[in-house]
Amino acid sequence: MTMLAYLIPISLVLGGLGLAFFIWTVKTNQYDDPEGDARRILNDDYDDHPKT
Amino acid sequence: MTVAMRPSACPACAAAPAAEDLVDTAPAKPGQIALSLPGIHCSGCISRIEQGLARVAGVRAARVNLTLKRAQIDTDPGTTAAEMVAAVEALGYEAHELDAGSLAATGNDRAGRDLLMRLAVSGFAMMNVMLLSVSVWSGAEAATRDMFHWISAAIALPAIGFSGQPFFRNAWSALRQGKLNMDVPITLAILLAVVTSLWETALSGHHAYFDAAIALTFFLLAGRYLDHRTRAVARSAAQELSALEVPRAWVLREGTEVEVPVAELRVGDLVRVRPGGRMPVDGELVEGRSEIDRSLLTGETLPVFAEPGQAISAGEVNLTGPLTLRATAVGQDTSLHRMADLVAIAESGRSRYTSLADKAAKLYAPGVHILSALAFAGWYLYTWDMRVALNIAAAVLIITCPCALGLAVPAVTTAASGRLFRRGMLIKHETALERLAQVDVVVFDKTGTLTAGTPELTNLDDLPVDQLRVALALAEGSSHPLAQAITRAAQSAGVDPAPVQDIREVPGFGTQGMLGGGTVRLGRAAWVGAEGRSQTATFLKLGEAPPLAFLFEDKLRTGAEEAVRALRDTGREVIVISGDTPPAVKALASRLGIKDWVAEALPEDKVARIEALEKSGKRVLMVGDGLNDTGALSAAHVSISPATALDAARVASDIVLLGGDLTPIGQACDTARSATRRIRENFRIATVYNILAVPLAVAGLATPLIAALAMSASSITVSLNALRLR
Repeated sequence: MTMLAYLIPISLVLGGLGLAFFIWTVKTNQYDDPEGDARRILNDDYDDHPKT
Repeated sequence: MTVAMRPSACPACAAAPAAEDLVDTAPAKPGQIALSLPGIHCSGCISRIEQGLARVAGVRAARVNLTLKRAQIDTDPGTTAAEMVAAVEALGYEAHELDAGSLAATGNDRAGRDLLMRLAVSGFAMMNVMLLSVSVWSGAEAATRDMFHWISAAIALPAIGFSGQPFFRNAWSALRQGKLNMDVPITLAILLAVVTSLWETALSGHHAYFDAAIALTFFLLAGRYLDHRTRAVARSAAQELSALEVPRAWVLREGTEVEVPVAELRVGDLVRVRPGGRMPVDGELVEGRSEIDRSLLTGETLPVFAEPGQAISAGEVNLTGPLTLRATAVGQDTSLHRMADLVAIAESGRSRYTSLADKAAKLYAPGVHILSALAFAGWYLYTWDMRVALNIAAAVLIITCPCALGLAVPAVTTAASGRLFRRGMLIKHETALERLAQVDVVVFDKTGTLTAGTPELTNLDDLPVDQLRVALALAEGSSHPLAQAITRAAQSAGVDPAPVQDIREVPGFGTQGMLGGGTVRLGRAAWVGAEGRSQTATFLKLGEAPPLAFLFEDKLRTGAEEAVRALRDTGREVIVISGDTPPAVKALASRLGIKDWVAEALPEDKVARIEALEKSGKRVLMVGDGLNDTGALSAAHVSISPATALDAARVASDIVLLGGDLTPIGQACDTARSATRRIRENFRIATVYNILAVPLAVAGLATPLIAALAMSASSITVSLNALRLR
């Protein structure tokens, strides 16, 4: 049963990380143009250097 | 006990209206230009337009949004939208300027983001609490069970405190007004579950409902988010339509023409209206001669001759020559606005349709409270144990949870609206689908709705070729709709223009030129010395011969025949009511096989006719586009207007047709019917789950496991049933 002392916090922290990541994506407008973003990945504009 | 519901697509959605208040209404910044790009579809389009715009002088940054088919351009001051449109068109894409002021409201969907965040937090908490609950259900005992319950409480309490706020806020504001809405039982169920579970945990009891409380919050938030998305999509598309009409006018100030926003026009300003432009103000014509098209205001197809001294109403379209008006009424005072205001009054007086969701909520909210209060009282009298009685009352409230009810309507409307949107129909009003399903009479306006508003030459075969050649030569020199119709017809018949010289347009009258030493004229009846006709016609005067008449008919809108046939095949009555002359309406009605038609109807006649139909028990769908239809649009049970309609007509209608095609109307009625059927099925499914589970709860046999099973199973069946619509 002492396992639980590790496993429960670990599962909470991992889940919390996922939640924090999701909240970050919402805050930085990453759901404004889902269709465009899906296509932009096929674009070779910034293959050599990142957008400045 | 009164139950007050805001009109909304789901019973639990009284929380969403807070959304409207949250929407950003910040004015657009200068240097921000928005373009509508209806033609873009691929990643190539995105990079071509973005790079093309970046090369234009004055552009700081350009970002294309493929989902909204828009480009947002950040420019140096002084760069105009017209330059940007030209730049994009040079790249080979269609572009239209969008009015940044009308778009600002949709730019930032804060309410949606807020709901999404709460949904994410409650989903996260639900999964973790459920994990712990499953361990308890599978046999954790004594100290382990208590620890799991305490950890669940530590996760669930803050999560509910954050995610449940929309429900708590709404329930509180309803209670303060002495009313009852869906959020009151929801809030009560959540709070009671949390309080009794804490109490049980403190006494190391067996059952805690933390998982149920957080799952309830999660499912209800999911329904509310779906509902919000559907409405946000409709709102943003509707706003884009309004934003396409950029409110700008050209004013003569100290002899030069200046471009100003319509909002800045003052009474007494001299306003220039170019051919093809719409009058921005009421006014008196001071300079220029032209013909004006009043069809959007009155339904007449025949253009009216305009000369100095004549009164002009806002909304009329200038056809041939440039005009200068002296503004006599601007903005809110124009006749256009006064008529639109009448609609607002008619609308608020119209008896509100109670949606299926509201009907369900009216039965549900008091029923649940009474049931749970009875269970509490019964068990308290039987055992004299507060703890047992409270536990059972909480179990009843949780089991009867409106999760399935909260998802029943939004899941279906989201699926149906999405399907219709892809076919080019925008559902603006939440209950429009339900009302559309009941329609048994369809009333069409003629001009601009069944017809495209572009004339078509009808007597081409009766015209001698020589005459036609002269007419073509004259018509090519004019942008008048009738002249363009002649050009189109003659060119497709393979006719060459005659060598007519010195062609010039006489605005308001027609076109004239020189042929073989004599004057030839193509134009209005009075100008060439012909008898006027009731049908749309223009005349050619060639030498001494009597004037030759060119007759026109309004071209049918694409899909008009299919839509009318589909509606009649499904047993609906079709009627045409128009403000146009009897021969024109009769010709159209017989072309479409419609027996029932009314001509020369004034706006009030249209309203009266529709009200009479409604009184006789019919459900009327009105399809119209003009200002003269707005009254009828709001008087009808449900209304549709094409995207080309006046803004006022679009506002008055429940559904907007985005493309030029009328065909989707027939399909929409069928989709609406099956959507309503699904909604009813969903209510039935939710009721069946309640009928099975409630006796268990009242009898004190419900465990958190049964509650969780009933809640999840009913929510999932309801959502799956909604998906069958696709």
